[in-house]
Amino acid sequence: MADFHIAVLGAGPAGLSAAARAAEYDRENAASQPTHVLLEGTAAHANTIQRYQKGKHVMDEPGYLDLRSPMDFEAGTREVILDDWAQGLKAIGVNMRTGATVNRIEGTRGNFTIHLAGGETVTAEHVILSIGTQGNPRRLGVAGDDSAFVQYQLDDPDEYADEDILVVGAGDAAIENALGLTRQNRVTIVNRKNEFSRAKQGNLDGILAAINDPATPLTCRYQSQVKALQLPTAAGQAGSVILDTPDGEETLPCHRIIARLGSIPPRGFLEDCGIALPNASAEALPELDGQYQCNVAGLHVIGALAGYPLIKQAMNQGQDVVDFIHGKAVKPVEHPLLQVKFGLLPYEADVDEVLALYQQRVPMFARMNALAFRELILESDILYAVDGRAAYTGLEKQARTLRAQRLDDIEHSRRNEDRKRHETGMKPKQWRDIEEPALTGILRAGEAVYRHGEYSTTFYTIVEGEVTLKSPGGPETRLQPGQFFGEMSLLSGRPRLGDAVVAPDTILIATPRRTMLKLMAANGEVATGIETVFLQRTLQQCFAPSLSYTALRDIARRVETRHFNRGEVIYEQGDSGDCLYLIRSGTVALTYRENGRSIAVGHPQSGELFGQLALMGDAVRRETARAAVRVEVIAIKRAEFLELLKRSPDSVPALQADTRDQLLHASRMESVPEASDVISFLLGRGLGEATDALVIDENLCVGCDNCEIACAETHNGISRLNRKAGARFAHINLPIACRHCEQPHCMKECPPNAIHRKPSGEVFIDDSCIGCGNCETNCPYDVIRMEYQAPPKPGLLQWLLTGRGHGPGEDAKAQPSKKAKAAGKKAVKCDACKDRKAGPACVQACPTGAAVRLSPADFADLVEDL
Amino acid sequence: MYQGILGHGGRRYAWWAAFLIVTSFAVYWTQAASEPPSGGTWQGYGLGGLGVLLILWLSWLGIRKRSYRRASGTLRGWVSAHVYLGLTLPVIATLHCAFQFGLNIHTLAYALMMAVILSGAYGLYVYLRFPNRLVANREDQSRDDLLAELDSLDQTALDAAGQCDDGVYGAVCSALEMSTVGGSFMDQLLARDRSRARLPERGLVDNAQQRAVIDHLVERIPDTSRGGEAENLRALLRVFGRRAELLKRLRRELSLELRLKLWLVFHVPLTFALLAALIAHVVAVFFYW
Ligand SMILES: Cc1cc2nc3c(=O)[nH]c(=O)nc-3n(C[C@H](O)[C@H](O)[C@H](O)COP(=O)(O)OP(=O)(O)OC[C@H]3O[C@@H](n4cnc5c(N)ncnc54)[C@H](O)[C@@H]3O)c2cc1C
Ligand code: HEM
Ligand code: SF4
Ligand code: SF4
Repeated sequence: MADFHIAVLGAGPAGLSAAARAAEYDRENAASQPTHVLLEGTAAHANTIQRYQKGKHVMDEPGYLDLRSPMDFEAGTREVILDDWAQGLKAIGVNMRTGATVNRIEGTRGNFTIHLAGGETVTAEHVILSIGTQGNPRRLGVAGDDSAFVQYQLDDPDEYADEDILVVGAGDAAIENALGLTRQNRVTIVNRKNEFSRAKQGNLDGILAAINDPATPLTCRYQSQVKALQLPTAAGQAGSVILDTPDGEETLPCHRIIARLGSIPPRGFLEDCGIALPNASAEALPELDGQYQCNVAGLHVIGALAGYPLIKQAMNQGQDVVDFIHGKAVKPVEHPLLQVKFGLLPYEADVDEVLALYQQRVPMFARMNALAFRELILESDILYAVDGRAAYTGLEKQARTLRAQRLDDIEHSRRNEDRKRHETGMKPKQWRDIEEPALTGILRAGEAVYRHGEYSTTFYTIVEGEVTLKSPGGPETRLQPGQFFGEMSLLSGRPRLGDAVVAPDTILIATPRRTMLKLMAANGEVATGIETVFLQRTLQQCFAPSLSYTALRDIARRVETRHFNRGEVIYEQGDSGDCLYLIRSGTVALTYRENGRSIAVGHPQSGELFGQLALMGDAVRRETARAAVRVEVIAIKRAEFLELLKRSPDSVPALQADTRDQLLHASRMESVPEASDVISFLLGRGLGEATDALVIDENLCVGCDNCEIACAETHNGISRLNRKAGARFAHINLPIACRHCEQPHCMKECPPNAIHRKPSGEVFIDDSCIGCGNCETNCPYDVIRMEYQAPPKPGLLQWLLTGRGHGPGEDAKAQPSKKAKAAGKKAVKCDACKDRKAGPACVQACPTGAAVRLSPADFADLVEDL
Repeated sequence: MYQGILGHGGRRYAWWAAFLIVTSFAVYWTQAASEPPSGGTWQGYGLGGLGVLLILWLSWLGIRKRSYRRASGTLRGWVSAHVYLGLTLPVIATLHCAFQFGLNIHTLAYALMMAVILSGAYGLYVYLRFPNRLVANREDQSRDDLLAELDSLDQTALDAAGQCDDGVYGAVCSALEMSTVGGSFMDQLLARDRSRARLPERGLVDNAQQRAVIDHLVERIPDTSRGGEAENLRALLRVFGRRAELLKRLRRELSLELRLKLWLVFHVPLTFALLAALIAHVVAVFFYW
């Protein structure tokens, strides 16, 4: 007999909720002993939330989802929420063990053995894995690294004073900790390498300045590693550290060690437990069935580790999964959401039937697990195109009724809940405003879901009807149910090529980029399906516009996709070449070396070719190709190239003309080396992936800062550009401001999905930002700031006449109001003034015309100016 | 890609200005026949009215510049128009008063107007010339980079000086400590170097362009005896050479930046004075003529 019926591993929001539900069952069944256990590795519950900054305002996104958990959760400060949960744990009677780090799980349903650090084991019939994705901090790896002498986290650097402290690590966290500690302590930072290459620019500058400044009590040991520890003999005493340095061993006495070595992603842990992962990426998440079960029977995965990055989702799953284990067939919380999503469709079927029908109809989705498909639909829009005015207005009317009904339902259930809470003596809930229900989207037949040149990355799947793709200069392609489109922009980040027009009675699933990327990361089959069609359509676009893309399937199978990280060489001048490259995403810098001088001769972007001369007469590479940002290229060898041309001979002249243009551009660049230097500089600063970057001509700039002031004045008092800190070369200044990247890095891990792109290209953050700071970390150009809302300022006239208050522009000394503090810091960045008719305020407000916004396509004009 | 103040919109406002000037002359010449030209004829009133409107509109730039939510036109366009049309004012105003000057409120207004215009013209010159000078002065190094290099030079100097005798060490330390950038307003404006150093035997001396320390080091190099000392002194020499250069650039940058802004300190208050004088002038004309 196992020790427990259910073991929940990890006491984050997901685990807490699951364990609480299990405890409720225990109570219902009047169990004499708890049949569940909650194992938490750290000393307290919800370590991820414990690690938020003090007083952080925790949000309860997504607003459309209701909470379903025995534990309470609503937006509030970190402290209040942690406190509520601690009380909930007690009140509900959860059997939690802290300090129980799980090292490995063995066995299957009915018979699991859980190995804890320290050698103890626990057995259980069912396991719920909810350890999140934060991973465990990487340890120092020497004896004593688990003692109190070594800390893997620093909450408040001002907690310590007058100590000798060793900080180990070279990333942003280590640098920020080290700099913070120097205010009151003597700090040595230990870096394994001989430079701080991983850090952000601001931190890099900070740490170098501190190391060089004799007045700052901070020294650095480069190329050094901790070899052994001598623990302090008593608390408060100093111990010492033995370092391996280039000059031999060195012993440093110190009071404590702060090790910030990053975290080990849970991948290794999952593999050790026999959990299959769909691909090799470090972020891969397990594939799950409708009951959150992975390939190991009886092992359920929920929360962030299941791919649901928000607290509310995690908690809902906690309750649901325990219900599943107890054999209860619950309808998920999202059921009513899907009901309205399908509400206007011409079916008499219920939600589950529609889901099953759609999944069956799209071959690519057919073998997905039902849970993942449901999630996909939940995050997607369902679009329905009808013919004729009457039908359209009829649907509009229906939509209004449906909406009113849904709002009514929500009000009703809230009132019920209020009553229940009142009767049981629980504290009343602070309801947030009801969000607009997401109904079926209605379109007019003949309308385009996107147009040529628009920035949008939504992925469309046809479940009924027909869609015609009209690319400029190409044939029309008609797509039928089961087929999909929109993958080109999804994968390359480039604007749409051509229009997509819907026929009458067409139904589409419109899936946002993030959902699609998540799905591709988790599901190999979907990824390959999309990749293959992408390749066929790209080859068609480039080489055979008059053919149907399906005719290129065999060639698409034979070409090879390669990735290069920023700065990596794709080929070297003088190499002999046997293939040409078609860029899938990113920008490539072509440079030509002569007399020891390197000249930028081109920067092809996604959708363009390079290196084609190797197959068109000149087998030796005349230039070096290097990835200007992370790029993906399709390498096409001679055989495939010739075959493409043979099948579509009419594309040869266009290909030749393109090649001539490239050569012409290259020779012009060689004749203006200054321009080539400027372009090299811009590419070197990552402008290859920009679509809209602010670039200031210093020959015109008078340093009045009106651009920054205008930005602050039009963006709630906080400027989103920093001119003075911009990188400079020749007369070019590249201020720190968002460049609206082709594939915005900032969007990558935004839990509430608050970062979007407008069809016109502007990348912006909406109000649902929860202030987690992920985007700030992920943006390689350091353009995102985490800020409180700025207090209001006097009007212009009042300031002019009375001189009181801060004039136009950002007030660096402004103190946030109580309310702003309570709401917490949010991410702010340039939105390219997306809602301003006159365009970006910085450009409009520059008195001298020095401030201009441009993209790599404008580099040629820039050269003209020189 | 880039268009400056003067080149804005194909110099459209230059043509407007030319048109205004030609029209003003035409209007002026129509009065010679009937009665002697003056501000009191209908032509005089016309030109005066035009002048007042222009001045009000030119002053409006101060508000327009700060109306960040305004959607009409770029500020560059406004400044371009401001400059070209502003330059027509001396002609219009002079024709308006028909060259009649005296010691009175009217001529005061005229003088203030000319002062505003002259300061504006100087400002335009500064706007057109100084940015290039700043770029040249920067030599592809941002100010942060420059400060970082200065820091590391100082560190190198201290390290090297630590290996030398007390005299050199003291001289070097004092030179580092007493190097100045900025200082009084005039020092900043003229990029004056008030650096000093304390040399053995000579005491506190002027160290502009780090000359004194450099000379001192140069003198010391030939009569070093200890091994490695000459090497250290030459390293110091290099450091101070580079330091002098960086500090000079920094001073020049501050001075140029200051001068880019300073003229507005005349242009704007003079505008206020002009507006006051203009009101007095108009009131005087209508009530006491
Ligand atoms: C800075 C920041 C701010 C955020 N703000 C918000 C917000 O405002 N609103 C919101 O909804 N979401 C927010 N999120 C996301 C949210 O924190 C996560 O989605 C949520 O914590 C996921 O819950 P979970 O239970 O899946 O995992 P976690 O909360 O990560 O919990 C995992 C638990 O398992 C424990 N554990 C890990 N490994 C082991 C092991 N081997 N053995 C035993 N125990 C283990 C951990 O100590 C931890 O307690 C934020 C995230 C961050 C980083
Ligand atoms: C009577 C005539 C003029 C008046 C009343 C006037 C008034 C003003 C005012 C109020 C400003 C706004 C300054 C600020 O708020 O920062 C300004 C700016 C300026 N003026 Fe004039 N001006 C006049 C003529 C001129 C002339 C003739 C020139 C040039 C030849 C000129 C060049 C400028 C320039 C370059 C600016 C700076 C614009 C900026 O930095 O935004 N002005 N003027
Ligand atoms: S915030 Fe950073 S990553 Fe995001 S689009 Fe702007 S520059 Fe790119
Ligand atoms: S507004 Fe124009 S001139 Fe003024 S600082 Fe910005 S770029 Fe330079």
